[in-house]
Amino acid sequence: MFSQWLAGPVTRFLAVFIDQLCIAVLMTLVGSLVNLVALISLGFSMAFWVIAYFVISIGYGIFFEWTWRGQTIGKKLFRLRVVDADGLKLQFNQIVVRNLLRFVDSLPAFYFVGGVVCWLNQKCQRLGDIAANTIVIRNPRVTEPDLDQLLAGKYNSLRQYPHLVARLRQRVSPAEADLVLQALLRRGEFEPVARVELFGNLAGHFRDKIEFPAEATDGVADEQYLRNVADVLYRTPGRTAPSPDTPAKAVATARPDSG
Amino acid sequence: MIVDLQRFIVSERPFWVQLETMLNRLEAEPNLRMTLTQTQLFHHLYERTAGDLAKITTFSSEPETRRYLENLVARAYGEIHETREKQRRFFPLKWFFHTLPQTFRRHAHAFYLSVAITLLGCAFGGFALALDPDARPVLMPFSHLLEDPAKRVAEEQTVTTDRLAGEKTTFSVELMTHNINISIFTLALGMTWGIGTLIMLFYNGVILGAVAVDYIRAGETKFLLGWLMPHGVVEIPAILIAGQAGLMLALALIGRGNRAPLGTRLREISHDVVTLIFGVGLLLVWAGFVEAFLSQYHEPIVPYEAKIALGCVELFLLVLFLAKSGSGGSKSEARDSTSDRQPPHPHWRDRWFKSPKP
Repeated sequence: MFSQWLAGPVTRFLAVFIDQLCIAVLMTLVGSLVNLVALISLGFSMAFWVIAYFVISIGYGIFFEWTWRGQTIGKKLFRLRVVDADGLKLQFNQIVVRNLLRFVDSLPAFYFVGGVVCWLNQKCQRLGDIAANTIVIRNPRVTEPDLDQLLAGKYNSLRQYPHLVARLRQRVSPAEADLVLQALLRRGEFEPVARVELFGNLAGHFRDKIEFPAEATDGVADEQYLRNVADVLYRTPGRTAPSPDTPAKAVATARPDSG
Repeated sequence: MIVDLQRFIVSERPFWVQLETMLNRLEAEPNLRMTLTQTQLFHHLYERTAGDLAKITTFSSEPETRRYLENLVARAYGEIHETREKQRRFFPLKWFFHTLPQTFRRHAHAFYLSVAITLLGCAFGGFALALDPDARPVLMPFSHLLEDPAKRVAEEQTVTTDRLAGEKTTFSVELMTHNINISIFTLALGMTWGIGTLIMLFYNGVILGAVAVDYIRAGETKFLLGWLMPHGVVEIPAILIAGQAGLMLALALIGRGNRAPLGTRLREISHDVVTLIFGVGLLLVWAGFVEAFLSQYHEPIVPYEAKIALGCVELFLLVLFLAKSGSGGSKSEARDSTSDRQPPHPHWRDRWFKSPKP
């Protein structure tokens, strides 16, 4: 099972705005070319301008979404991607349909119709997405938290009570655990007063979940308490990361009859 | 319970990277056929990554990695479970002479509806103008149509020079792009359950009917035919086909008599809609060319009989094309009509990759 993170209408609108800017830049470049062509033939240059505007304004989305697998420049910038709503491969006709239906979605101005439909739709689809059976998702970048730098080398008083640690792991939701981790990773971004207040609130929240004996928590600052919590949530003691096999070798090991 | 996240990422990441690399290659090269070994590796990586996703979803709290894995698994899932016909190389002539007319015929009922609505509009426009000639500004709110027909004909027939000299190309291109925009708009309005498309078709019919009656009442039928037929016999059917595509969207949206989910219904017709709108674009390019280079020239420069004859020939060829082209292999037509709906249904490996020799 997997889920996709839907892009909201505001992010999508910003991506469209960037794309419109790109189209404007392209048209400026074409305009310069038209000026050169006008020296040879004014009529031809005008015709060239009309065709270029038509092709670029309609073809921009189709071209980029097809060649960049569901992304335009704006979408790339905001890490958005058009995908098939059923998780299948995005097909050319889907891209064409969703882009042609911009004619209706952009009515009466600034994608009002598309924005309203997107806002109301469960999958955040505008009319073009509904017709093409596509959705726009957020495309995250993998990040590897440096837990060693954050947590290693410190005595953790909570580990003296493994039964309570196990209960804490059981009761903490993934979102709560991530909250602690993110707060610690981003501690430098907070104002000192706000940081103290935030860590105080978070520590209070986790203290309410599991009450450790006073020996384990007395004299431990809120921030250190949260580090200890993150440590027991994210790290298993006494294990070091192995050097990874090459995948091909691993496959050969797993499936000796393959090939 | 939460796994040792860093160790988990470090040990599994090479597999994810390899899967991502394979996916990038597959997506970049639609015609790529992997070997059996590559296929097995791909499948293994997909299963392993899916397993990692399950682990990280169940046992860990790290959302960024989970999102990344979900994205990878989703892409691999799309590659493996795609059952629609694989996109093949595009053959323009085959598309034009086979796919386009076959698609048109397959959805002829929507075209007939499109014609009926336009004819209704024509009848209304013509009747309204005949009943109340003062309603011309309302029925035909375009300055170039408001002039008295007899006066216009008299003026046109005194012109012996090329009024569009040096501007024909620009005029032609403007006509093409304008008409294509209108067609796309007519198609797109199909998503209003067809209401917008019907209004567009009806309104086009009203203008056409009003103009026709206006010129016929003024005794300028010959001029009217000579003026409209060379480009109109292609342009008007093109708009009607755009309406047909819009109505196809609307019918899929409404889903009367089709119990498939909305997504499936729309998926079934999206390929045909795209085929039709590209066909419309081609027809309108031709119509724009003829309108700028021929339709605007009248007697004594070009005899009306010649223009009408050209219009008749174009109409005959268009009807022949839409009715007969590509119908030689009725079996292939039937097969094409179901290619998107009923995939050949081999196992995904059979579709993608050559069977290993024993």
